[in-house]
Order: sequence, then C-alpha cells, then structure tokens
Amino acid sequence: MKSLLAWIDQRTGYRAVARAALYENVPGGARWRYVWGSTLTFTFFIQVVTGLFLWLAYSPSSQTAWESVYFIQYQMTGGWLLRGLHHYTAQAMNVLLVLHLVQITIDGAYKAPRELNFWFGQALLMLVLALSLTGYLLPWDQKGFWATKVATNIMGITPLIGPQLQKIVLGGAEYGHHTLTRFFALHAGVLPVTVVLLIVAHVYLFRRHGLTAKVPRRGPDCAFWPDQVLRDVVACLAVLAAVFFLILRPRLTGGELGVELGAPADPSEPYAAARPEWYFLFLYQFLKWFPGGTEVLGAIVIPGLVMALIAAMPLIGRWKLGHRFNLSFLGVLFAGIGTLTILAIAGDRHQPDYQVAVVSARRQAARSRLLADVMGIPPAGAVTLLRNDPLTEGPRLFARHCAACHRYDGADGLGQPCREKQCASDLKGFASRAWLAGLLDPATVASPKYFGATALREGEMVDYARTTVAAFTPGQRTQLQQVIATISAEAKLNSQRDLDTHDAALIEEGRQMLADKMLRCTECHQFRKPDQSAMAPDLTGYGSREWLISFISNPEHGRFYGKGNDHMPRFGEDKVLSAQAIALIADWLRGDCEPEMPQATLQAKK
Amino acid sequence: MNSLPQIANHGLSPGCACAYDRRTFFKQALTLGIGGVLGAVPIGAGLTVLSSPLRQKSGRGEAVFISTLDNLPADGTPRKFPVVAVWIDAWNRFEGPIGAVYLRRIDRSVHALNVVCPHTGCFVDYAADRDSYFCPCHHSSFGLDGAIRDPRSPAPRGLDELVVEIRGQNQVWVKFQNFRCGVPQKIVV
Repeated sequence: MKSLLAWIDQRTGYRAVARAALYENVPGGARWRYVWGSTLTFTFFIQVVTGLFLWLAYSPSSQTAWESVYFIQYQMTGGWLLRGLHHYTAQAMNVLLVLHLVQITIDGAYKAPRELNFWFGQALLMLVLALSLTGYLLPWDQKGFWATKVATNIMGITPLIGPQLQKIVLGGAEYGHHTLTRFFALHAGVLPVTVVLLIVAHVYLFRRHGLTAKVPRRGPDCAFWPDQVLRDVVACLAVLAAVFFLILRPRLTGGELGVELGAPADPSEPYAAARPEWYFLFLYQFLKWFPGGTEVLGAIVIPGLVMALIAAMPLIGRWKLGHRFNLSFLGVLFAGIGTLTILAIAGDRHQPDYQVAVVSARRQAARSRLLADVMGIPPAGAVTLLRNDPLTEGPRLFARHCAACHRYDGADGLGQPCREKQCASDLKGFASRAWLAGLLDPATVASPKYFGATALREGEMVDYARTTVAAFTPGQRTQLQQVIATISAEAKLNSQRDLDTHDAALIEEGRQMLADKMLRCTECHQFRKPDQSAMAPDLTGYGSREWLISFISNPEHGRFYGKGNDHMPRFGEDKVLSAQAIALIADWLRGDCEPEMPQATLQAKK
Repeated sequence: MNSLPQIANHGLSPGCACAYDRRTFFKQALTLGIGGVLGAVPIGAGLTVLSSPLRQKSGRGEAVFISTLDNLPADGTPRKFPVVAVWIDAWNRFEGPIGAVYLRRIDRSVHALNVVCPHTGCFVDYAADRDSYFCPCHHSSFGLDGAIRDPRSPAPRGLDELVVEIRGQNQVWVKFQNFRCGVPQKIVV
C-alpha cells in the first residue's frame, strides 16, 4: 500500500498538494467564525451530488417534467429524501451566503488586496440566486410555473434588450418544452460549471492571500488540519441537521415527508397562490410599491444599484470611514430585506383570498397525486387528468357558467361567495332525498334554495307544496316520504346506493303509487310512461347522469321545462359548453368523482 | 484508517503548539468520521433512488387477446401479430403495442413464440423460403417449433414459447412475457 502511494506520489506529487491544503496556516488559531466558506462548499457538494442523481430521473418537457418529479417523489425509493435534500440545501445555501458575506465584511476580508476575490464571491452569490430561480421552475407545478412567469416577465421589461432576452430564455413567446430544456441546461449545466470555475478561483485567491484573521488574535497560529477542519465539519453537520429537520418537519403536523409538489402546471388555470421562494419575497414585496410603468425601477434599476454598491465596498473600504460605511450599508440593506420579507408574509397572512388560494392549491396537489397514483398518467401529461376530473373541473365550470344564477351550498362551487344575485336553485345534493324533501316542504319550497329566487316562485310546484302538501294527513306524509325515495332512486346516486338497495321494496311500491296518480305528481310530471300533456320536468331517470346531461344541454326540451323554461341557457344545444364539459358538471353535481378523496388526507392538509 | 497515523505524523506543523497525542488523534478521527457522514448522506440518498428499479417486481405476464383463429393460416404458416396491452412506462400508463408474437395454427390449437431472439434481443423474421425463423443481427436460425436449427447459431436457447389460451370459440389469448437474453435458461424479465 505504501509503495503504491509512493508510486502515485512520484507521478502526481499529490502529497505536496495535500500538505499545502491541509497545513495552511490559520493565524491566531482555529475559530468558529471561519466556517462559512466551508459550509458553502459543502452545500454546493450536496447540490452537485443530489442534482446529478435527480438528473438521472428527471425529464425536461412540459408533458414529462411534473410527471417525472412526481415519480421521483412518490414512486422511487428514497426519492422524497433526495429531492428534499436538494430543495432545502438550496435554501440553506442562500442563508449561508448572507452569513459568509456578513462575516467577511465584519472581518474586513474584502479590503485590498482581496478586492478581486470579493467580486468573485459576489458573482457566486448572483449565480446561486440564478440557480434557485431556474430550479424553481423545473418541477413544472403550478407554483413554480406562475412564480417563474412573473420573474421572466420582469426580465422582459429590461430596457432595450428585455423582450429579446425573454424570448431567448423562454425558447419562444410562451412557456413550453423549450423553456424547460433551457432552464434545465442553465440549472444543471451552464450555471454549475461557472460556479465551479469561480469557486476554484475564489479558493485559490483565498489561499494566496491567506485567511484574514480576526483581531485581536486569541492564541498561537495553527494548521488548518485538524483543528479548523473539525470546526468546519461540525458546522456542516449542523447545516445537514437543519436540512433534515426541514425535510422531516411536515411529519410533525401529519403531512407528507419532503418537499411539496403542487398540481401540474396549467397555463389556462391561473394560480392565485403564486409567490416566489421565501428568499425572493422581499423583491416581490418591493415591487408592490412601484406603480404601473415604473416597475423597471423596482425590479432592475434599484437592485442593480444595490449590487453596484456592494461591488464598490472594497473601494469604499480604503476611505478612513469606509469600513464603517460598508458595515452600516449592509446592516441597513439586510434590515430592509428582512422587513420587506416580514411585510410580505404578514400581508399574505391577513389576506383571506390568499389563504383560500393556498388551501385550494393544496387540494389540487393532493388530487393530482391521487389521480396519478390510481389511474396512471396518459402520455399527454398529468394536466389532462385534472382537466378530465369532475371533482377538479366540475366546480370550476360551475363557477364560470352556472353560478351567475345557481348556487352550490350557498357559494359558487369553489366555495367563494357570488356577486350576482341568486336567481335559481342551490344544487348541492341535487336529486338526493334530503334535497327533494326540502323542495316538497311548504316551509322551504319558496326559499332561494329552491324556487324562491326564480320566475317560478309563484308557480304550480310552489303552490302544490304550500297548499296540497301542507294539508297532508300523517298517512299522506308517509306516502310522500316514499315517493321522494322513489324519485330520488331514479338518480342512482353513488351516495345513496346502499340506501336505495335497502329500500328497494318501498321504492317499488312508490313507483306503483306514482303510476296510480297518488299525490297528484303525475298530473304535471311524466313518470316512466310517455305523457304528451306533461308540462313539468320528466321524473323518469330524474337526476340521473343522462337526465342531467340532457337537461343542461337543453332545458327547453319538451321533456323538461319546454317553453316554461325560466332563463336557463341551452348549454349544449347552443354550443356554450362542450359535451365533455356538461358531463363533467353533471358528474360533479351527482358526486360521481372517482377516485374518491380519502377524507383523512384532506383534513390533514388543511 | 491506515492513513490516520501518517497524517498525524505530519500534524506537527511549525506553528502548532499541540504535539501528536491522544487528543489530536481523537480530533482527527472525529473529523474524518463526520466528514464520512457528510459525504455518505447525499451519495447514499442518490444511490437508493438510482437503484429503485431493482426493487420493482417483474411483469406478471397477463393474458392478452391477440387475434382469432380465423386469422391464422390453416396450413401452419406462422404469422406475426403485435401485442397490444396496457403499457406502464415509469409514470405513464397507456394502451399500446408492448411486443409481438408469432402464432402458428396446429389444428384447433395455437403455438406462440415471442419474436425476440434470446441472443441479444433483436426481432427475428420468418423466412418463408427456408421455413424457419432468422435473426438479422447475428444470424441465428430457429425451426418452426422455436428450437435452434443451425448449430452454429450464437443464440444460447431456442425462441421462447408463450402460453396460449383459446377463449370462447376462437379467441387466441397469449400470456405475454419477455425473458432474459444471453442465458440458456428461460428467466422472466
């Protein structure tokens, strides 16, 4: 072994290099304040290693990026840990960069002859921020997509070259495959290689000028190895422990381990919870203060000036009061950044819209994962799973097309209050026994939930409930319950499957009662027998998928309201909505939303 | 740990007040130990993810409908059919061609061979003039029953026979599986 090492040393001279590296003099002895550079090198090492392994499973295109990250996160063994390490170490790097900058500024390590090395360090800071920005988009989830869109739009307002620069970075006018290939090449190729070159130059210059010792010196000089190295590795271990804490933290609140993955990016579905990563929040907050037309000041000019001032610190440092000025400047700068960050977080915390958006985003993320788990992802991408999912798309369509008149549980389907005045029924639980019981209840039939807000509020159905039903004998009331169960069974609702099976005999009797014109229902409605004189909606298959789709397509059809239709549009007939969209609304209203969301996960997410 | 004392010997740098002693050795061991953990965590996490295919189960080989008996020549000439089934490719699931089989009718029964040559995995062709299967890559040749015909063939075994099931009157279903190449035994992939 010894002779082999000697053989290698003769040919490489590695021992001299190792000795020079390990026995670098530490003036005044090892100290904890010198660890920051090493922790940064360590975090970069983690990023390179975890990044390369993630690369082995990542696929940059708009139909595979989210999908491959989903696969890493939820299907590959240890994927959540690998991704968690990469994600949170990136955040740790940003924090450590600031600590490193503060330490070398306080210790005066930026002054001559170390100016160049300070500028290399500043370049590294900007490269790491660029790595964070490009990496944020790569999972191609709603959050990364919409947040990065803001960033590239800001790039577009750069004077002179903005629009061209933006197009080149995006690989076109819009986000797509080439945005991902470009961001990925930047993130995993161009930027890290530049970082490596600069780190080499940075460390070389650091060694050339030697460590800037903190005065007064505490003790005699010491070698880098092992005293300082031990402090460095302990600090690195603390960083790693902090990263692990962040990865495992969700377990404390019953959530998923690792980093969250939002719903797949959908350019047609705006995302109200879009925010940059926390270390860019100060810029986001800062931009709020620049009125239209002056964003360029807040986004480019002022940050550019700040960067220029930081770059000028070594030159300012020559001046008698320069060092104090630099320290105060950094103090004010970081206090400002801290204040802006707190303002941004506090602002969101007190904004109900944002809180709603976050809850909805979490629900979408959980839904996407469940759909991908259960159904697998079609080649067109996971976003199509959501677009074809009644539970996701149904309420959106309802809010857009139905909620101007109807309500769903008093709201617009997405849980938001409606601006327009309600002028049609509340469809939550439509065709269920409870819903029908309310419709036939003299006390509620004319409430806004049923006919109260419509042109039919003084119609025959209201009249029937208020006069006929109100005067029912107890025996007739029991019959009414039976007829309600019978009509409700026509819908074949999933939620009532067990109930319908249990009451099969009663329901069969109920059908006979309807056929025998008991309770007078079939005086106006048709039930299971063609009846030309029927003028109210058909009770045959009432609330079933086919019935609902036909009704939404054309409520003016003779089978439904005919000419008596209040003012509901003919969504299918007039091509307001596609057949698929109508089916999604119908399925959602009926609660046919396979696969069902486990209640436990939904509540835990909240 | 062989190198520890060596480094320790060099540890007597001019400015250092501390001589090599138990305390220094402990520091060095601790440093190397922590350093090992720092390196092992990201590399270990990466290798775990990288090796996750090893923990996947091999295909169960469910029966797939291929064709009907009427589509097979009654004289026993082989005919090639694509195998269309649900294909799972990492995150994607879709219906598509997942392979191909040669079917040969023998009275009311059917003989099925996977078209993959067991040598290096090329698709074999049926050569009607020689009444045999022929691999275009390394020139293995196989008889109609799948056995190696030319003893100079580099293939380690004959073509892989698949289990056939006739359902109903004339539906041909095949339990489709792929097998490892380059070995004499038939091992499911």
